[in-house]
Amino acid sequence: MAREGNHGDSDKGKKKKIKNPKKSVVKEENGEKAEKMESGDPAEAAFPPTFSSSEIKNKQRRHLMFMKFKQEKRKQKLQLKKKKKKEREALGDKAPPKEVPKTIENQRVYDETTVDPEDEEVAFDEGTDEFSAYFNGLTNPKVLITTSDRPRGRTVKFCEQLATVIPNAHVYYRRGLALKRVIPQCVSRGFTYLMVINEDRKMPNGLVLCHLPDGPTAHFKVSSVRIRKEMKRRGKDPTEHTPEVILNNFSTRLGHSIGRLFAALFPQDPQFVGRQVATFHNQRDFVFFRFHRYIFKNEKKVGIQELGPRFTLKLRSLQKGTFDSKFGEYEWVLKRHEMDECRRKFHL
Amino acid sequence: MDERSRLCTVWLGSETGILKGVSLVRKQAFNFCNTSHLSREEEVRVLCWGDPAESELLVGSVDGTVKTFSTEKGVFTESRRCGEPEEGCFSGLATLSDSALVTCTESGALRVWKEGSTGPASEMQAGKNVCRMRQNLAHRHRVATGGKENGLKIWDLEKPEKPVFTAKNLRDDWLDLRQPEWVRDMAFIPDSDKVVTCTGHHQVRIYDPSSPQRRPVMEVKYGEYPLVALSLPSSGNSVVVGNTHGEIAMLDLRKGLVCGCLKGLAGGVRSLQCHPSLPLVASCGMDRFLRIHSLEDRKLLHKVYLKSRLNCLLLASRDPQDAGDADKKAGEGEEVKEEDGEVWENMEKVDDDEPEEEDEEEEEEEVEEERPKRKKTKAEEGPQKKKSKKKRKIAKD
Repeated sequence: MAREGNHGDSDKGKKKKIKNPKKSVVKEENGEKAEKMESGDPAEAAFPPTFSSSEIKNKQRRHLMFMKFKQEKRKQKLQLKKKKKKEREALGDKAPPKEVPKTIENQRVYDETTVDPEDEEVAFDEGTDEFSAYFNGLTNPKVLITTSDRPRGRTVKFCEQLATVIPNAHVYYRRGLALKRVIPQCVSRGFTYLMVINEDRKMPNGLVLCHLPDGPTAHFKVSSVRIRKEMKRRGKDPTEHTPEVILNNFSTRLGHSIGRLFAALFPQDPQFVGRQVATFHNQRDFVFFRFHRYIFKNEKKVGIQELGPRFTLKLRSLQKGTFDSKFGEYEWVLKRHEMDECRRKFHL
Repeated sequence: MDERSRLCTVWLGSETGILKGVSLVRKQAFNFCNTSHLSREEEVRVLCWGDPAESELLVGSVDGTVKTFSTEKGVFTESRRCGEPEEGCFSGLATLSDSALVTCTESGALRVWKEGSTGPASEMQAGKNVCRMRQNLAHRHRVATGGKENGLKIWDLEKPEKPVFTAKNLRDDWLDLRQPEWVRDMAFIPDSDKVVTCTGHHQVRIYDPSSPQRRPVMEVKYGEYPLVALSLPSSGNSVVVGNTHGEIAMLDLRKGLVCGCLKGLAGGVRSLQCHPSLPLVASCGMDRFLRIHSLEDRKLLHKVYLKSRLNCLLLASRDPQDAGDADKKAGEGEEVKEEDGEVWENMEKVDDDEPEEEDEEEEEEEVEEERPKRKKTKAEEGPQKKKSKKKRKIAKD
């Protein structure tokens, strides 16, 4: 039948193409012409205009047809690129500036809660919120790290490594105690933060970070945890020096609150001793934590080596007041179906 | 300042002590602040209208002061001290017809303050941990209070010895344990004696003081989080509630079912109010946004970012979609002035003296030419013409 005949020809054309790439262009054109001639003769029923390679039932032939189609497309794209490059060189200085490719960060929907650095009201709000004692230099952070009940090896190692990264941190075994009863005891012993790492199926998957005297409680989803053993090309263990803190890209009001929450974990000391830095980088609502040691080789070159654990956090809820998931008042809750509809809208 | 306050149809109090006015038509928000320096001590807790004409707002702060704000002038006119900060913040504020003030603090002190006196005229103890006090708008001397482990009590301010109605807690449950009660907000249903309350244990209850039973007549449950705010829409038989998770729902009180949810809030609701005549509901909360939803199709109509956490809100009775009153008044003024001009013309034409008539006609012609150019000065020209006529008469004499 006509169709199969055509396909047979095209198959042969392709096989030749694979062997002799140089000759392929000529042969393909011939093949196409042949195809067209042959398709023209038995009428357009062979290749109706709405025909696509997905309608061919034979898998091999369908695959070959699709490969051919893709190669055609790639060729056309290369030709277009070459043409544009020639035009650009021909114009020289008068060429229009290069177009910036669209990325999701570029296309981000403008968030009206983005903080303006000169806004007095927001500055007052931040200056008198629950972290004001820390930011005014009145308190030093003291962190209590614990887990959900009966943690397994990976979570335990993660907690220990976190305690080396965060200065003045103490790890305690949970012993099945209720958080609402733990919190008043922490407050009386002078702790400023409570970190609870939740574990599920032997992997840490959640983090509750509660600022202690009466401060906000943030609940995060933890993913991609790498403990020190699993990290490639890492440096030696972190020392006792206080690390610097880098907070990247927390631009909205909610982002500011979370950024301050992270910043208050580390003691404030403008005279940096020790060349360690902890980075909290926010991108697309995910907060990436990395811990590095840096060294300045000369004024412009820095060498860094990654130490310490790395993990990713995603904020699930921010609650005003200490941990009270049933009766507490939530300042922000992630509602997936309402907030995650638009791919270009971010909240932090 | 005063034009801005006259344009505002929604008033909100924030945690930073700033009174915010929002004009929905112009999509603008204005801050009205007493002093140039802000303080957390002035955190606004309750707002209410000072008079039925809605020209004055009463603002209750954490430190126990009640300030009066005039919407006409756009400034705070007076401030009264109605309690000490140690007693807790205000949980309710209301006015009586004789310009007396009713305040209730979280420690349960329900007081009536008369104009001009520093001490309360009468005082009632409503128990500890009062979360909310609301006034019956039909019978202004009736007030309801409720709180944590403090059931609903309805007080008549003219008989301050004991409450008119005290609600009874539900029977012990199947384990013989006492049912916890936590009244967070309440509202009086118009055209009847009933009161709707919403609780911290996600229940909505209706109490009927006219019926012999003191237990709730009806109970509806919604969600798993404490219901913090409640409002009755103008079309009866339903109630709008909001909880700490940012979920706002409309419940039907006849059947006890959820009619629908209003979406969009990211943080807990702090205050809800339905518009007195239109099917609109305004909500404000911890996520620093004011949202206006339509009750019929549950769509979000307006969303305004206000930079501080919002504690309470008040809707003006006039239509928020209307063009501002300022524009209307300017239009009316012009019309009035044109009418005045016409009146003056008619009066002059009636005069009999011929030479004066001629002069007047000439003047009128001049004025007619000028009229399309200067409309507003017609009224000025009217009396001026009269003055000139009098001068001429004197001159002739």
